[in-house]
Amino acid sequence: MKFFPRILFAMCLYGAAMLAAAQGNLDVSTPEISALKQSMKQRHADLRPLYEAGAVGFAKDGTIVLRDASSVPLAQRSRAQTLVTAENKDRAALYREISRANDHPEWESDIRKTFAERFIERARSGWWVQGAGGWTRK
Amino acid sequence: MLTIRHLILAAATALAVAGCVTINIYFPAAAAERAADRIIDEVWQIRGGASATEGAAEDSGGLQ
Repeated sequence: MKFFPRILFAMCLYGAAMLAAAQGNLDVSTPEISALKQSMKQRHADLRPLYEAGAVGFAKDGTIVLRDASSVPLAQRSRAQTLVTAENKDRAALYREISRANDHPEWESDIRKTFAERFIERARSGWWVQGAGGWTRK
Repeated sequence: MLTIRHLILAAATALAVAGCVTINIYFPAAAAERAADRIIDEVWQIRGGASATEGAAEDSGGLQ
C-alpha cells in the first residue's frame, strides 16, 4: 500500500496551496475602489483639522461622527456635517466594494470591522476614537 | 485492490473538497488588515518611511 502516503502527500500539498490562497492579499484594485480612495483622499485635507480639533471622531462601526459640533465655528457647522456624511457614504461604499471585488459580499461587515479597528489604531495623537468604554482622546 | 484504491481516492477527494470549501468561507483577517492599512496610508497620504518617522516623533512627543 504505497498508494495511501502518496494521496496523503498530495492532499497536504493541496491544503497548503489552498491555505496560501486564503492568506493572500485581498483585491483592492478595482476602478470603483480607486475612485473611492481618490475621493476620500481629497476630503481628508478638509477633515484633518476637524479630527485635530476633536470635532470629528472615529467610531467603532467604521464611520466618523461629528461628536462635538460646538468646537466648530457656527458658520462652518453645516459644512462639517456635509463632510462627515459624504465620508461615511464613501466608506460604506468602500467596504461593500472590497467584499464584492473579492467575490464574498458576506464579508462586508467583517471588512467594516477591520477598517474600524485599523482607523482607530492608526488615528494620530490628539484625535478622538470610540472604544468599548466610550470616546477617548489619543 | 483496485476497489480499495478507488475508495481511498474518493475519500481523499471528498476531504479535499470539504477542506477547500471550509478555507474559502473563512474571512482572511490578516489580509483584510493589510488591505485596510494600505488604503489608510493612501487616503491619509502616508508614505512607508514617513509613517514610521511620524509615529516615532509622536511617541517621543507623548513622553515629554
